[in-house]
Amino acid sequence: MPNATPLLAVEGLSARYGKVEALHPTDLSVARGELVAVLGPNGAGKSTLLRAIMGLTPGAGTVRFDGALLPRDDARSVAARGVILVPEGRGIFGPMTVRDNLDLGAYMLGRQHGEIAARMERVFTLFPRLKNRQSQIAGSMSGGEQQMLAIGRALMAGPKLLLLDEPSLGLAPRLAAEILETLGGLNRAGLGILLVEQRAPLALKLATRAYLLAVGRVVAEVTPDQIASPHDLARYYFAAA
Amino acid sequence: MTSPAITSPRPDFLRPGVLLPWLAGVGLLAYVFIAGGYLVTVLSFAAIYAVFVTGLNFFMGYTGQVSFGQNAFAAIGGYTSAILTTKGWPVFAAMPVGIVAAALLALAIGYPTLRLRGHYLAMATLALGLIVQEIAVQWDSVTQGYTGISGIPGLGAFGWELPNDRAQLAALLVALGLCIWISSRLKHSRLGHALAAIAGSEDAARALGIDVARYKLLAFVIAAVYAAFSGSLFVHFVGFVSPEVFGLHMVVLGFTMLYVGGIGTVFGPLIGAFIISLLPETFRGFKDYQDLAYGAALIALLIYAPKGLASLARFLPGRKPGEGA
Repeated sequence: MPNATPLLAVEGLSARYGKVEALHPTDLSVARGELVAVLGPNGAGKSTLLRAIMGLTPGAGTVRFDGALLPRDDARSVAARGVILVPEGRGIFGPMTVRDNLDLGAYMLGRQHGEIAARMERVFTLFPRLKNRQSQIAGSMSGGEQQMLAIGRALMAGPKLLLLDEPSLGLAPRLAAEILETLGGLNRAGLGILLVEQRAPLALKLATRAYLLAVGRVVAEVTPDQIASPHDLARYYFAAA
Repeated sequence: MTSPAITSPRPDFLRPGVLLPWLAGVGLLAYVFIAGGYLVTVLSFAAIYAVFVTGLNFFMGYTGQVSFGQNAFAAIGGYTSAILTTKGWPVFAAMPVGIVAAALLALAIGYPTLRLRGHYLAMATLALGLIVQEIAVQWDSVTQGYTGISGIPGLGAFGWELPNDRAQLAALLVALGLCIWISSRLKHSRLGHALAAIAGSEDAARALGIDVARYKLLAFVIAAVYAAFSGSLFVHFVGFVSPEVFGLHMVVLGFTMLYVGGIGTVFGPLIGAFIISLLPETFRGFKDYQDLAYGAALIALLIYAPKGLASLARFLPGRKPGEGA
């Protein structure tokens, strides 16, 4: 599938909270079928980057998806184009059931019940545990199950590009690895993924490329084989500071 | 890694935890209808307030927003009914006019203010309530100021009025039942799920393609329609209206009922309205301090039972935890 236009092309994207610029002008891209990781310590601006791409946080710069400009202040139409965010802290709807959460993921489908059911079946194949817990109140599930639900809900929206904000956060290592492996499978099936992670080794196993973010700017773009040990990462971060 | 299965089945009306409160309620109503007298009036006010609070629940419970200004819409419904019917309009012609007027005002006010969040929205709506009340006081030629409008006809249609208090209460209960049924249907609809998503996280809802601004506005308008309907019912039931009727007191009372009954539940407004309406008989000794007593009760409840009395049903036998009404 050689196609010169990247799936996602970000140019000079910055974002601010009030007077503070949390993300300085940043360039990055995701090619079709690529899984790109964004690594960096706490407060590096990783979440802000994803929120800015979605148009949830105001800022400047351009974001192109499939060659077309995305609006900077309208997350709804960004989502409608197929860019779906699994937000920081999962953002599942705690008081609602698993099934209702998944239904909301397919909100943009309206009343196409057949397609919604088909997508839900695919999510259940991916995360069989969710199938057993369809009528459970989402907030009462374990962290890992909630993360599966958050990803499942995003998949219900039929993403062409999935933005993930620290899906392994707060999870036991084995479970984190399991969830990231599932993401790797989705990517191998052709889904473009931009993955923000603090657990660099896990992310680097799956990613084709990685951007290192520190204090609100991209300090390096690397391939996984350039980062052989945590020391290599530290070298990049400290070189930036 | 796995967690206990806490499920949310549809309410099973045969379980004692569900059945007992309903039996108690029906028993109370039967007693009131047979015994008549003052309690009929008290329960009628409770039914009217339950309509108001069911609307408030739409905006505050289902959608997770805050409005201190719903009394404004009740005032518009009430005054429109009062003014038109005393000029000879039939009740069922005047009522929709007030409701439509309130809905239009909610659209006009909601469009700019619903961009505000949290306490900014609360302040804006509070101002709305105060402004409408001030208009009711000052626009003497139409509202007759503090004197108020009297001689408003009772509920009825086609030149026929409900003959007595009991018939009025029955009519109010039918209206309330309809309002709660609509609220329940909407809660479990696509709209209701979108509102719940907004209450959960506006950003998450937006990122799933939900039109947050539009749904917040819709919830605000629905709440205003309920408020206007209750305001109209109120003036026809009492036969009189003055600015104090729709004062800040109404907001405090509405909030108390909503939190006591159970915010975000279908039947919470009903439970709260009836319990708080029957309480004044208890609080009567406080006289001028009634609002203070309500406020104290509200704070105590927010601390000890933040989901209200409707949530306490789960402690009754036969009801599984984690279940919403």
